[in-house]
Amino acid sequence: MGYTLIYSQVTEYIPYLLAGAWISLQIVILAFSAGMFFGLILASIRTFGNLTLRRTVIFYVTFFTNTPQLVQIYFLFFALPEIGILLSPFVAVLIGMTLNAAAYMCEIQRAGFLSIRQNELDAARTMSFSIVQQVRFVILPHIMKVLFPPLSNHYILMTLGTSMAAIFGVEELTGRAFNINAETFRSVEIFSITALVYIIITFIATLLLAIIGKYFFKAKIRIIQ
Amino acid sequence: MQQIKISESHAYYGDLHVLNNVSLSIDKGEIISIIGPSGSGKSSLLKLLVGLLLPKSGTISISNKIIDYTNKAHLNYARNKTAIVFQQFNLFENMNVLKNVCIAPYKIQKRNKEEVEEQAIKLLDKVGLKNKLNSYPDELSGGQQQRVAIARALCLNPEILLLDEITSALDPELVKEVLDTIRVLASEGMTMLIVSHEMVFVKELSNKVVFMDEGAIVDFDTPQNIFESPKHFRIADFVSKILK
Amino acid sequence: MDRLIQELPSFLSIWNIIFLLKAMGVTFLLSLIGCLVGFSLGTLLAIFRKTKSALLIPLRILIVIYTEIFRRIPFLVSLLLIFYIFQIGKITDSLFIIAIVTVCLIATAFISEIVRSGLESVSQTQWDAAKAMNFSYYETLKEVIFPQAWKVIFPPAFSFFILFIKDTALASQIGVMELTFAGKVLNNKGFSPILVFGTVLILYFILSFPLDRFGKYMERKYATN
Repeated sequence: MGYTLIYSQVTEYIPYLLAGAWISLQIVILAFSAGMFFGLILASIRTFGNLTLRRTVIFYVTFFTNTPQLVQIYFLFFALPEIGILLSPFVAVLIGMTLNAAAYMCEIQRAGFLSIRQNELDAARTMSFSIVQQVRFVILPHIMKVLFPPLSNHYILMTLGTSMAAIFGVEELTGRAFNINAETFRSVEIFSITALVYIIITFIATLLLAIIGKYFFKAKIRIIQ
Repeated sequence: MQQIKISESHAYYGDLHVLNNVSLSIDKGEIISIIGPSGSGKSSLLKLLVGLLLPKSGTISISNKIIDYTNKAHLNYARNKTAIVFQQFNLFENMNVLKNVCIAPYKIQKRNKEEVEEQAIKLLDKVGLKNKLNSYPDELSGGQQQRVAIARALCLNPEILLLDEITSALDPELVKEVLDTIRVLASEGMTMLIVSHEMVFVKELSNKVVFMDEGAIVDFDTPQNIFESPKHFRIADFVSKILK
Repeated sequence: MDRLIQELPSFLSIWNIIFLLKAMGVTFLLSLIGCLVGFSLGTLLAIFRKTKSALLIPLRILIVIYTEIFRRIPFLVSLLLIFYIFQIGKITDSLFIIAIVTVCLIATAFISEIVRSGLESVSQTQWDAAKAMNFSYYETLKEVIFPQAWKVIFPPAFSFFILFIKDTALASQIGVMELTFAGKVLNNKGFSPILVFGTVLILYFILSFPLDRFGKYMERKYATN
């Protein structure tokens, strides 16, 4: 076979690799937050807007959820310069992930809106809750509980999705793995370590989200069974 | 002939000591009712006999054969001699009534298909559901489902019938049809172990009554003695509350 | 804009159209084979994972590790890892086979979770009744549990298939001639990226959207049954 696994040759690069994880984290937090914000706006338009606006949002969401995020970013990165907009790789990835996330989160949050049961609102109203109190004590807690699992799940998916940024030269976790690979050619070692880092990151994220969910939103998500 | 003999058996659900030094013997053809407060271990006693609950210690024998519930052959033997009807009917949701009754005799007992179907139809007629052969469980009322469950148990040709609170999950107006079915079976000489809260029924039908409390058998006597001259305070207290 | 109109005829040449359609076929094939294998193996894994015998504990642990790992690594990283392992082990030169293996490994992990959820959704009372009548574990699964679990398994499994079509876009990174790679080829040939990637996006949409609608239609049908 002529190839032996030599992990020692790559250990010096590990700090560099892990620093890339920090960049991945930045990307996902920015894209997730922006995505949730825009997704909320889209969900509101979709639920309360007039027919034309609703149709536009439906078109947007359908388009972005039926096409791959990678190609969406390719389009932003290569096609926009044609009309004069030059984006750095980092920004292109960020915008691409945000646009994509907004579409999915629109659907997730819309499900949250729709899950408010009329009887809960009636009960609150008969107990003379004001609108603000209704929102605070009935609607919000209920929505948070319903939304927390799917949103957490999507967050994890997006964390894994940041690896696409490497294709555009962004030096996040996978991108740095590419670089180290180019220098040392210890491919299997590098990518297995990278895989391990992703596993650990997502594990920690799932754990933290489970804890947050349990204590703040009384929502339950599974870690492993 | 002694058909069931349980000696000094203990059983646990995790840390919970559900059966505490239980001893009981039942003769062929006897109808024994088990009564007692919730959580006293009545259902656990039945589950012990069909191998849904494993004993930690003690011996159990059915038709004079000692059963080791960890032994596959013994387990088969025990499950062939007994049949259990559950409180929640537990009909198979994906099969119609006829298939529910036929499937175990056909697939597990490996009997002849035509013979099983013939018997199934006879039994379903007996419980008054001959016109529901092709219905699915979710199309039937609780009482009807429970009667199918009884037919299903009988189609296994058991020597001993175990009934675990079979009327407890039913609306009151549906209870009578199920109890009537059991009365018919009783008159035909089937050995039965019945867990029930229906005290009038228990008093009318049983040869003997077992009173259980906190996993132990407190008394085992005729219905007259248990209800009219109970030997223990616990029994007197329970009976007076139930029969109010 | 003028460039687009100028290029359109040469872009829509017969060769290009056939090229893109073939690439679409590869994309579809990758996801289909991945999901079919994923479903078969995933079901097997789910069945073995729910066994209770002490003898099979090592197998159950292996299955848990496998499913947790492959669901927590980005598609891209899995792909590269398998790619380099195969390259170094001189197992095969075919990029398509490497992609298929990766795709199957990932799909199996995800689908086994879906199947497992489905099996767990069937009430314990069904197991009890079967057990009391002396059904074996496998007989119970075959006659009672699976027929009922199927309703719960099919919708998310089909959703996953549709999602997976988009994930295959990453196979482009190891040079598999699927749709995204075809886009890159045409882009490198000098066609306008707006035209190229726009078309690729539309083609993905054409693949994904009808399946999505079919899935939603089936979901409604199953729900009312």
